[in-house]
Amino acid sequence: MRRAPPTVLGLLLFTSLVTSPSESDELKDLYFGEALYYAHQGYYFDALERLDTEVRQHGDLDEPELDTLYYHINDAEFSLGDFELRYRMHHRAGRAITAVLEGAVDEVVRNDAAYRLARIHFQKGQMDDALRALDRIDGKVPDAIRDDIEFLRANVYLAQGKPAESFGVLKRLQDTRSFGGFASYNLGIAYLQDGQRQMALDQLDRAGQIATDDPAELAIRDKSNLVLGTILLEGGDFDAAMPYLNRVRLDGPFSNQALLSAGWASLSVENYERAVVPWSILAAREVTDSATQEAMLALPYAYGKLDVHGRAAIFYGRALDSFGVEVDKLNESIESIREGDFLEALVREEIRKDKDWVIHLRSLSETPETYYLMQLLASHDFQTGLQNYLDLADLRRKLLSWRTGFDSFNDMVDIRYNHYEPLLPDIDTNFREFDSRMRLRIEQHKMLVKRRDDLLTTPRPEFLATRDEQAILARIEHIEAQLQEAPSLDEVFLVERVQRLKGLLTWTLETEYHERLTKFDQNLRSLDEAMAVLQQQYDQYVRSRQAATHSYVGYETPINRMRARVSEAVQKLDLLMARQGRQLEIVAINELIARRGRLENYRDKARFALADSYDRATQAQARSEEP
Amino acid sequence: MSKYIRTLLLVFAGGLVTTSVAQEISGDDMRSLDGQVQEIKSDVLSIASELSTLEERLLYPSGTQIAVFVSIAPEETFRLDAVEIEINGELATHHIYSFKELEALQKGGVQRIYTGNVATGGHELSVTMIGKLKSGEDFKQSDSFSFAKSVEPKAIGITLGDPGSGTSGIQVGDW
Repeated sequence: MRRAPPTVLGLLLFTSLVTSPSESDELKDLYFGEALYYAHQGYYFDALERLDTEVRQHGDLDEPELDTLYYHINDAEFSLGDFELRYRMHHRAGRAITAVLEGAVDEVVRNDAAYRLARIHFQKGQMDDALRALDRIDGKVPDAIRDDIEFLRANVYLAQGKPAESFGVLKRLQDTRSFGGFASYNLGIAYLQDGQRQMALDQLDRAGQIATDDPAELAIRDKSNLVLGTILLEGGDFDAAMPYLNRVRLDGPFSNQALLSAGWASLSVENYERAVVPWSILAAREVTDSATQEAMLALPYAYGKLDVHGRAAIFYGRALDSFGVEVDKLNESIESIREGDFLEALVREEIRKDKDWVIHLRSLSETPETYYLMQLLASHDFQTGLQNYLDLADLRRKLLSWRTGFDSFNDMVDIRYNHYEPLLPDIDTNFREFDSRMRLRIEQHKMLVKRRDDLLTTPRPEFLATRDEQAILARIEHIEAQLQEAPSLDEVFLVERVQRLKGLLTWTLETEYHERLTKFDQNLRSLDEAMAVLQQQYDQYVRSRQAATHSYVGYETPINRMRARVSEAVQKLDLLMARQGRQLEIVAINELIARRGRLENYRDKARFALADSYDRATQAQARSEEP
Repeated sequence: MSKYIRTLLLVFAGGLVTTSVAQEISGDDMRSLDGQVQEIKSDVLSIASELSTLEERLLYPSGTQIAVFVSIAPEETFRLDAVEIEINGELATHHIYSFKELEALQKGGVQRIYTGNVATGGHELSVTMIGKLKSGEDFKQSDSFSFAKSVEPKAIGITLGDPGSGTSGIQVGDW
């Protein structure tokens, strides 16, 4: 393998999702990287499935330090918690992060874990636990989350009803770049909660003037002004409320409520001309908005006060028609939800491809029920229920697709069984024969190796004699034996001849010994190589033979078990989806009924006021026509 | 303030009260279901994990398994459009990247682009990447690498870098 230099191959582990510090930024574990790949695309189920398996396998290792995940294990544990949090699995997320917190990790990592845990508790509404987790933060804190920790701490105090505790933190944070607007607004609310009205007004005034072009901060600036204006309005300080309500941008998310309040503030000081201005703007806006609906009724009321009864009657008439249409629309929506259309619309995949899918729901003509649910859709509890319903729908799709896969698995196993079963008996017979031959050769090889090793320590030239020389030597020994058994006259002569021959042979064996031993060693080394190749092929065959069996044996039980688990999970999911869906429908219907009730009330008022305006208009006309 | 205005405001406030009560009641019920939803998510994740292991055992036994991963070198700004992988001259896979996938790679994610089977021994891997340079110029670059497959599962990591930097933008490493 041509390897790339480590510096090039080192992949930096980006931590936009995982803001925890890591021991090493270079990615060493591809499977962890794969989990991040899915997480970065928002596919947290896939990310969790991969990372959970990887972390579990790592934990089962005898020598985890040899595994590539070892270098990222803290990051991986963090990511696991992070992904679980994003996949709305708070219970498991808490466990994963607690595990990091209680492990032998350095100060920075522990503090980061404590912050994450606190955030989970805060989201779950467990404020005491959140504060306990924050109190575990001690020593070095990662710079990236220093302000987040403090902001969270202040929010926990506010949620606990201890506003005074949050003053210090919020005062400091209102000068920071990341939390400036939010901290400033929250400080105003904290003063208000603490009963310090004037301090709250001053603070909200400050929050309502922050210089920013960030959309989120602009929105919080509007909110500060709206809240400040509303407090003054409710306190009867109508003129003082006006400048703050006027500060709210006309195109911001709080503009409708600000326009409505501005109208009421003007009307309350009997400045009817001024009240007409914001209400005229508001009455022309999206009719499903509750502030708009109120303005549609308030605007003709102001005209009535200005004695422009004809115009008032026209606007009451418009309001009456509009409320009628909206009540019909709400009735249709309630009926549609009862028929299950709402849930069907929510799980349509093409809608959710866009991150702003909730917003787009209202533009779907076939889902009128969503027009009035935007406020509800934005509420935390409804969002949780809705997201759960969507997650359940996704899980159900996955399970159904897996269930169809089991038949393919069974087919695959059957095909392999039918292929291998007829072939394997013959193959096994041939193999047994080959195996016994091979074992014999292995034994012979071992014997030769031993002989070579012996010769190196104890030279035995006759062991290296050629076949002919061995035959000659045997013949000489045979003659020597015969001469001893049958002595004759020629004995001396014959013995000398035999000894000469033997001496000649011994001379050859002795003088050629080293050369022969070297050659023997060389031949043996060649044989070693051949034996190694043979062993390799033997091993490969054994593996292939095992793989053949493993490809179709032992799957029946796990496949059946998985099939049963999937079916059980589908049943459970169906039950949960039905309950979750029913709850969403009930909440949605409740919301629509409440909105319908309000509209019906408005319609009755409009009907009465319309008749009254006509009367007044007629009377005014009659008066004007009197001589 | 006139009585009429007060009535209007009361209607408005009453509407808000009704709504918030309805949400609160349903919110409690929803929270009780939330725990069960989390449990089933856990169950399904465990099924998915076991299923992946089973699938891997059945389709890609460790003796022949090869997995090819793709990542983008840190701080690279070129746009990757597609990657093609050939093993021993045969097309193994071809992938066209969506914006989301490219972004995930640029953030440090690693894509498992191919999982398959090869016999033990030496093999040839060819990689082709197609995309657009920061300058707007289109590019197509290919490179070949040899690798050895042993009895263990094989993981190959391909790191893609700027093809205009002079050296090969395709680097391959063993894991």
